[in-house]
Amino acid sequence: MDVSKLVYMANQIGAFFGSEAETSAAADRVADHIRRFWEPRMRKAILEWVDQCNGEGLQPLVLQALQKHRQKLQPAG
Amino acid sequence: MYSVKELDTGTPMRVSTRLVTLEIDGQSVTVPEGTSVMAAASTMGVKVPKLCATDMLEAFGSCRLCLVEIEGRKGYPASCTTLVEPAMKVSTQTSRLARLRRGVMELYISDHPLDCLTCPANGNCELQEMAGVVGLREVRYGYDGANHLDADTDASNPYFSFDPSKCIVCSRCVRACDEIQGTFALTVDGRGFASVIMPGPTGNFLESECVSCGACVQACPTATLMEKSIAEAGQPEHAVITTCAYCGVGCSFRAEMQGTQVVRMVPDKNGQANHGHSCVKGRFAWGYATHPDRITRPMIRTRISDPWREVSWDEALAHTASEFKRIQARYGRGAIGGITSSRCTNEETYLVQKLVRAAFGNNNVDTCARVCHSPTGYGLKQTLGESAGTQDFDSVQDADVVMVIGANPTDGHPVFASQLKRRLREGAKLIVVDPRDIDLARLPHVQADYLLQLRPGSNVAVINALAHTIVSEGLWNEAFVQSRCDLAEFEKWKQFILLPENAPEAMAAVTGVPAHILRGAARLYATGGNAAIYYGLGVTEHSQGSTMVMGIANLAMLTGNIGRRGVGVNPLRGQNNVQGSCDMGSFPHELPGYRHISDVATRSLFESVWNVQLEPEPGLRIPNMLDAALDGSFMGLFVQGEDIAQSDPDTQHVTAALLAMECLVVQDLFLNETAKFAHVFLPGCSFLEKDGTFTNAERRISRVRKVMPPLSGMQEWEVTTALSAALGYPMQYTHPSQIMDEIARLTPTFTGVSYEKLEKLGSIQWPCNDAAPEGTPIMHVEQFVRGKGLFMVTRYIATEERSTRQYPLLLTTGRILSQYNVGAQTRRTANVVWHDEDRLEIHPHDAEQRGINHGDWVGIRSRAGETVMRAVLSERIQPGVVYTTFHHPFSGANVITTDNSDWATNCPEYKVTAVQVSRVTQPSEWQRRFTQFDHQQQDLLAQRERVGTKT
Repeated sequence: MDVSKLVYMANQIGAFFGSEAETSAAADRVADHIRRFWEPRMRKAILEWVDQCNGEGLQPLVLQALQKHRQKLQPAG
Repeated sequence: MYSVKELDTGTPMRVSTRLVTLEIDGQSVTVPEGTSVMAAASTMGVKVPKLCATDMLEAFGSCRLCLVEIEGRKGYPASCTTLVEPAMKVSTQTSRLARLRRGVMELYISDHPLDCLTCPANGNCELQEMAGVVGLREVRYGYDGANHLDADTDASNPYFSFDPSKCIVCSRCVRACDEIQGTFALTVDGRGFASVIMPGPTGNFLESECVSCGACVQACPTATLMEKSIAEAGQPEHAVITTCAYCGVGCSFRAEMQGTQVVRMVPDKNGQANHGHSCVKGRFAWGYATHPDRITRPMIRTRISDPWREVSWDEALAHTASEFKRIQARYGRGAIGGITSSRCTNEETYLVQKLVRAAFGNNNVDTCARVCHSPTGYGLKQTLGESAGTQDFDSVQDADVVMVIGANPTDGHPVFASQLKRRLREGAKLIVVDPRDIDLARLPHVQADYLLQLRPGSNVAVINALAHTIVSEGLWNEAFVQSRCDLAEFEKWKQFILLPENAPEAMAAVTGVPAHILRGAARLYATGGNAAIYYGLGVTEHSQGSTMVMGIANLAMLTGNIGRRGVGVNPLRGQNNVQGSCDMGSFPHELPGYRHISDVATRSLFESVWNVQLEPEPGLRIPNMLDAALDGSFMGLFVQGEDIAQSDPDTQHVTAALLAMECLVVQDLFLNETAKFAHVFLPGCSFLEKDGTFTNAERRISRVRKVMPPLSGMQEWEVTTALSAALGYPMQYTHPSQIMDEIARLTPTFTGVSYEKLEKLGSIQWPCNDAAPEGTPIMHVEQFVRGKGLFMVTRYIATEERSTRQYPLLLTTGRILSQYNVGAQTRRTANVVWHDEDRLEIHPHDAEQRGINHGDWVGIRSRAGETVMRAVLSERIQPGVVYTTFHHPFSGANVITTDNSDWATNCPEYKVTAVQVSRVTQPSEWQRRFTQFDHQQQDLLAQRERVGTKT
């Protein structure tokens, strides 16, 4: 998958939920959205981006969401 | 005129709880107050002779044929304009009336051609019928006096002719254009004997303001206005009720037939979405169904540079199954997927998603709603609890204020627009929010009270500023919010919306809308009575499309404008079955009924009925499929009734992805742009060749009925079941009604739906279940589907697609009345007479700066690509903005649109593309390549090896 596009999409999601006053809650909602709507290979690719490139380009809230909810987002198998 | 088999009560039937009893021809009859004597008589089976009256129009009282005698009254009142009164005693047949009517008919016939036997209306002419009814045997005046018999026929309109020599100047056509269509294109020119029907100052229909809706033709009692198809083929011998396959209004039509040949499509007066009205597409543009370009046999090829080879259905489906299995064995189970079509029936889309989930074994299914109303599904689900509009169309008749946002109903949803215009003429107020000064904003007898001509991409700023004004000025409906909404979330939202950054004054620089206009619109929406919002793709096709949908829902909840007639949130769906294709589980994360694939209980239900284990993870959306194709992990795709190579954004990205696939299977009527990249072509059926249902924008499920056999020999549902069987997952259906029965068993909002009930009720608006056995016209009446309405914080975030020095203009796209979507259907009809190419609308100021004149060829460049089309100078568009349509593939409108998309749904941002425009003298590089490729593919099609022959 084109990771730059995934980073862009994740940041868009982060921008919407970033309106939440409480950062932890916002991170939960970002992760929940990605979990509910992203196909496993997309989630796998963005998590690999976090691992291999420290999530370069990701907004802090999104990075936090991906790290905090890694287990939930990790595709089975 | 109506088809011969339909009852015409002469004037519209009234609805009233107050009843009036009177006597007609010695018999007692009771009818609602306000009913005409003529209509009252018709309820008893008494037909009063008439010519200027028809129940599609209000009474006019000009023909003097419907005279009656009423005890105690002088003279002979017209029964069409005389309303019933208690104890009235009416005689419709007396010797005096007979003489009077015969005298009237003599005058008409003295100036009418006596060519009945060769007249196209022969057998279905009201004048002919009335001559018989009144017993006309002679015309004492002779036929040699002054007359109109030499008047020339106007055949300029491609679908109907106007022969003034046959006209009796009853004004039915003029009144139909005024009352039903609301275009006011026709008039009676002159007085007395010199009176003639005139289509505007040009004198011919094609150059007039006529929109070819067909209402005048339907209203005409003679052959004056006559469908050319009837003139050519003759009168129909039977009719079948079915549903139009164009826009999301879902008009009901009578397909009038000679055997299996359609000779006319007439809007069904009992149609619950259209009430007997139509537009140029549904009424006339059905000839594509038998166009010579139709491909009716399956074809396969190894490479797209090979000629096609016609094969049997068995071979085509076995080949497809074999290829898909091969790809899955090599690249994994998730390497293939399918796209369902909003042009196909509910049953067909349901089966394709079932095919993907059960036979492909993944959830890589998506639908063209991805690129139009997917944000509606998301946004309304979040806020209100259901992914659908809240009202029926008729609800608009109780609206006091109508706000139209990002929609152009007179072009995109013309039959609903006529109903809306009628309400506006009655006095409802209108707010239009659109980058263009659309037709609806300035109509005969109607002008928008507020036109918020915003900058493309600033929708959310506008909706927030409207809400800010309503809250800050204390205009919100506190009682509604207190009782119906989640108060904790409302308080959070209220704090947000009151931030100074959301004030109209602060947002004016972003939106381009002066603050006082925005505040005025907000006050009107909040305080003007029943306020309804109608919106279209100008809302959804943005990077903040879902945010805007939620903003609209917020506004409706804030003012209590939801849960009753006359109000609500109403998405105007683009294609005929967008609502249905979404309902049927076409999205990769949802099973039918909008239930997430990860929900164990729902998945288990489907697994038990389908007898298969389902993948619990969401699948790929269309844009993700294309990206995955380019990275080599998605190599096979089944596309039913879609043309993503023309309709989806960033064409070059789409075609690169299609080229990367190893097996692309396209099912369509024609070799569309996507099919030119295909390895397997499966012929599809037009709506005339199949049974099923469509669901329109008001959640109305209507029957589609087969009127002719499928040209390919198989309906789509049969093809899907056969393909599934070839993949090792047989499905057992013998009729689409059984598919609907399965949908009803598995979907809580459809449990009460069946073909039997559809036959009984005509149509059904879901939810239809034990709680609402006959359907639900208005949703969220007592409480929201989700319980408490949820206010969502909708912060305005500017799109990254901004005008720059390199690309200083903003392009926005839309569609036009005569064409439909990618034009595959309408381009193969005479509708091209109105729109034979896409053009770029540009403001005269921007044109002058670039030395562009009206009609010049201009290049339009964006960061995605470049194309060339002709310029149209127009002040409907604001400076800094340009506009085009996307109906013709050579135009390449989507070569310039980008891959920007909605944050929540990936719905593309068609409505905002930064571009530069300049005069050019030749097509773009892409257009040259397109032409070359198109010629190659047409040649390969022409060279195809036919079944049973070798070339």
